[in-house]
Amino acid sequence: MPTVSMTVNGKAVSAEVEERTLLVSFLRDSLGLTGTHVGCDTSQCGACVVHVNGDSVKSCTMLAVQAEGANVTTIEGLASGEELHPVQKAFREHHGLQCGFCTPGMVMSAVDLLQKKKSPSEAEIREWLEGNICRCTGYHNIVKAIQAAAGAM
Amino acid sequence: MYNFAYHRPSSVAEAAAALAAASEGKLLAGGMTLLPTMKQRLAQPSDLIDLGAIADMKGISTTGDGVRIGAMTTHASVASSAEVKAAIPALAHLAENIGDPQVRNRGTIGGSIANNDPAADYPAAVLALDATIQTNKRTIAADDFFTGMFETALEEGEIITAVSFPKPQKAAYAKFPNPASRYALVGVFVAQTASGVRVAVTGAAPCVFRASQIEQALAGNFSPSALDGLTIDSSGLNSDIHASPEYRAHLIGVMAKRAVAAAA
Ligand SMILES: Cc1cc2nc3c(=O)[nH]c(=O)nc-3n(C[C@H](O)[C@H](O)[C@H](O)COP(=O)(O)OP(=O)(O)OC[C@H]3O[C@@H](n4cnc5c(N)ncnc54)[C@H](O)[C@@H]3O)c2cc1C
Ligand code: FES
Ligand code: FES
Repeated sequence: MPTVSMTVNGKAVSAEVEERTLLVSFLRDSLGLTGTHVGCDTSQCGACVVHVNGDSVKSCTMLAVQAEGANVTTIEGLASGEELHPVQKAFREHHGLQCGFCTPGMVMSAVDLLQKKKSPSEAEIREWLEGNICRCTGYHNIVKAIQAAAGAM
Repeated sequence: MYNFAYHRPSSVAEAAAALAAASEGKLLAGGMTLLPTMKQRLAQPSDLIDLGAIADMKGISTTGDGVRIGAMTTHASVASSAEVKAAIPALAHLAENIGDPQVRNRGTIGGSIANNDPAADYPAAVLALDATIQTNKRTIAADDFFTGMFETALEEGEIITAVSFPKPQKAAYAKFPNPASRYALVGVFVAQTASGVRVAVTGAAPCVFRASQIEQALAGNFSPSALDGLTIDSSGLNSDIHASPEYRAHLIGVMAKRAVAAAA
């Protein structure tokens, strides 16, 4: 089995994995970072979104070995200590979640948007969330939360 | 997903050698199509040759008459490229509307055209703009590249390295996206080029094709009104749960008009 090494949430990690191991399985099963969810496993829902070298990707559609040497950030890596990331805070404040299943992916996707575009319009936010599906909220409060976070960042 | 041997070459030559040495080798680009296919066990390669570490295959450069895009360049990079926006804004716009941001961050132009999905966007741009496909063995003209449903002129062991697009006088792409996947239910790319008007249609048929009827109508008068009253024959067009052949034929006319109106 190949050994894969990468940086996850600022820490160097290394483990033996089967070639076919998905990045999301590596994060959840090898590293115990279960904040990243698997919703559909078919690249549709976005529950598994993490950042690889700063860009949001669906970790259910990437092999762990493809992330060799990469810098990976998961939902667990956003807060600094007890201090939540502004997007996390805004989701809490604006009821951007109900069951919370889609939330890690939504937040990671939103953070990627805000690092590329400082103050996106409502339409741009909705367009950006094309790959993130939520069965509970109707999206309205998610969009509100992202707008509020944009103002706060 | 069945297991496989994994290779991560750092040059095109090494990738070609690894592919030749494998019994059932497959190239891995963004993985947005290949990995889901492998999860469903519809593909079972013995070896995956990951093109992700080949620096030469990534990036966009301005050429004498247009832009050259490395095969491993992501849709997101094409969408945000200043070079592409300056030379062929329609191409940047097309890339910006593929799938969703996460698909665009991984999916590549080389993977998209090698796959030649009947509903993919890039094939329409490649064909309408009369692009040239460069491989590790030869260059292939767009008119010869797309040969059928999920079929191309690529031979066994051939690797796309780049796609060169000449700058058109005017071009635009209009698509009617499937509301769930964003793939084209029908997409029409129109271009006014040095060699005349070229119009390519994706999503409507088993393979991207040039709409000669529309090309002729636009040749003398490149304006939406030149397409008034045009009827598109629906025979041979796709029929599925999303749309009938007749509806697709109708959409070809509507999308073509919208593209001509938007062409810049
Ligand atoms: C949810 C979702 C939505 C999508 N929506 C759209 C859409 O709206 N429009 C659209 O056009 N596409 C869409 N796609 C497809 C996506 O844009 C990718 O471009 C496409 O899946 C293939 O690119 P890839 O780089 O991921 O290739 P891969 O999946 O890695 O490879 C695809 C095939 O091409 C071969 N290949 C790859 N690179 C080369 C090369 N350089 N030379 C020779 N052969 C090669 C591989 O061996 C494989 O057979 C969508 C995909 C998903 C998952
Ligand atoms: S689990 Fe990855 S997109 Fe749904
Ligand atoms: S909060 Fe339940 S799926 Fe989004």
